[in-house]
This record gives sequence, C-alpha cells and structure tokens, in this order.
Amino acid sequence: MQALIAQVQSMTVLAAAIIIGLAAIGTALGFAILGGKFLEASARQPELMPQLQTKLFVIAGLLDAISMIGVGVALLYTFSNPFLAAVISAAQ
Amino acid sequence: MTTENAAGAHTQAAPTSIEYIQHHLTHLKSADGMYNLDTFWVSAILGLIFLGVFYMASRKATAGVPGKLQNFVEAVMELVNEVVNSAFHAKSKVIAPLAITIFCWVWLMNAMDFLPVDLLPKLLGYAGVHYLRVVPTADVNHTFGMSFGVMLCIIGFSIKAKGLGGWGKELLTAPFHAHGFMAIVLAPVNFIFQMIELLAKPLSLSLRLFGNMYAGELLFILIALLPWWAQWLLGGPWVIFHILVVTLQAFVFMALTVVYLSLAVEKH
Repeated sequence: MQALIAQVQSMTVLAAAIIIGLAAIGTALGFAILGGKFLEASARQPELMPQLQTKLFVIAGLLDAISMIGVGVALLYTFSNPFLAAVISAAQ
Repeated sequence: MTTENAAGAHTQAAPTSIEYIQHHLTHLKSADGMYNLDTFWVSAILGLIFLGVFYMASRKATAGVPGKLQNFVEAVMELVNEVVNSAFHAKSKVIAPLAITIFCWVWLMNAMDFLPVDLLPKLLGYAGVHYLRVVPTADVNHTFGMSFGVMLCIIGFSIKAKGLGGWGKELLTAPFHAHGFMAIVLAPVNFIFQMIELLAKPLSLSLRLFGNMYAGELLFILIALLPWWAQWLLGGPWVIFHILVVTLQAFVFMALTVVYLSLAVEKH
C-alpha cells in the first residue's frame, strides 16, 4: 500500500513539473514574440504606441490563460491529489 | 491535534506546512456543504461597495471643477468607454454599464489577494469562523458563475439582434454555407461548430481568471511559509507583479466580454 502511494505521489510530482515547465516555455516564447513585434511596430510608428500597448496587454492576458490553467491544474495535483484520493478510497 | 480551551478557541500544535496550506485552501462551506459562503459574502460585499462608491460619485457629480472621487470614477469610465467604442459597433444601452461592472467588480475581488494571507482568517477566527478564502475569483464556482452570465448575455444579444428564428438559422448555416441538399448535410456540422464556439468562450474566460487568481493566492500562501527574511525578498516582487496580474485579468475579462458581445450582434 505504501509502495502504491509512493508511486502515485512520485508520478504526480513529475506530472506537475512537466505541466508547469511546458507552460512556462510556451508562455515565454509567446511573450517574446509578442514583445518583439510590439517593439518593432512602435519603432516604425511611434504615434500608435498607446493603442498598440492596450492591445499588447489584451494579448498578454490571453497568452497567460492556458499556462495559468496548467499551473492551476498542477497545483491542484500537488495539494489535493485526486489520484491519491482514488488510491486511498480504493484501498478501503 | 486541536484542543478547545475554556474560551472555545482552538489551540493546537503548530500546523505542518501541508496542513497550513490545505487549511488556507479550504472554503467556508454552508451547513449542507453545497455553497461556498465565503465566496458569496465577499463578492456580495465588494459588489455593494463598488455600487455604493459609484453611486455616491454620480450623486455628487458637478459640471464645474470635479472632486477626486468624480475624477477617479470618470477615469475608470473613460477607460471602459474606449474599450467598448473600439470593439462594439452596434447600439446597446447595456454594454457599457456591464463592462464597467465587470471590470470594477472583478478588480475588487482580485484585489482581495493583496491582503496578508492570515489577516482576515485570523480576525474571523476570533469570531468563530474557522475556514476562510477571501478571494472570490480564486473559486472556480464564482468565475464559472460570472462567465455563465456572460454566456447568457451573448445568447440574449444574439437573439435581440437577429431574432430567435434568425439566430436559430445562423446556428445551422454558419460557418459553412450551402444550398439544397448540402445545407441539410452541413447543418449538424455547423451546429457542432457553433456550440463549441459558444461554450469555449465562457470556459476560457472563467478558467483564465480562476487559474491566475488561484496560482497567485497559492504563491502567497507558499511565501507565507518561508522564514521571515524571505517574506519581503520574495513577497515584495511577487505582490508588485500581482498588481499587474490583477488589473490585467480584470481588463482582459472585460475586454473579451465586450468582444464576444460584439461578435454576437454581428450579422453575416
């Protein structure tokens, strides 16, 4: 039983780490491209900078979305592990 | 693990990290466990505060030199107005107040995350309330409730702009247009696409807001577990960054609501 719990926990740790890591990579790349395009566009047309900045923040909020969902899921797995709960209730 | 002393308060050995975290992640539930009372009451009180402040500002509004409250309220309204005007091109009396409400209410609820993690739970602990989560938007039930309301608004705006028959027809004929036999073949495909589109919008709205706020709250709890010298070192930058996240998420929720509603009234 303890071996089973240990296995579920260790797999969960790896799963949470992979989720957060991949989400971070995706978000970082997305923000990098977005920021670079914003800087280029601002350099070409500085008078549009305020409007572009608004749109920058809107798109930044959208970029954050899926990675935050991933972080939320990973933290859920870390602190109230549904797989562990299933194992424990199956053992009873 | 806990013992009751004469005053009825809980005294206990210092909780372990996991217990502390899980204690701070437990909602104050109603007696039958169906409702999260803390989410409901905090969001209701914040909503009333928002309405009260804006109502007071409107009562005291002058055309002469504006006071500070009027300035602030007008600044918020200008921000929202700019978003609505740039995204929504039809006529609606409801959309700007809806957008202002969403922005201010979500911002206030998100901002509850700035309070120290133990502050309100400890204060309410003396009053006998033992579990409290103060950020309503970190409760997935609340964000889903709000986005469900937005979905109803989307459907309502669609029906108002196109009529019930027109909207029904669009559900079956967009995005793939055809005539005759192919139209009947494509109708279920169109319907599935339309349903996915209709359901993806509130789903993403609510999960985005929930994910951001839940992660922020959890990071604050984790920082609270660190030794005293790490509090300002790590907590300082995180709370400053969180100011941006709070405002950004409220703004994105509002802007996306306006964009979805403008898509809903768009006629093809």
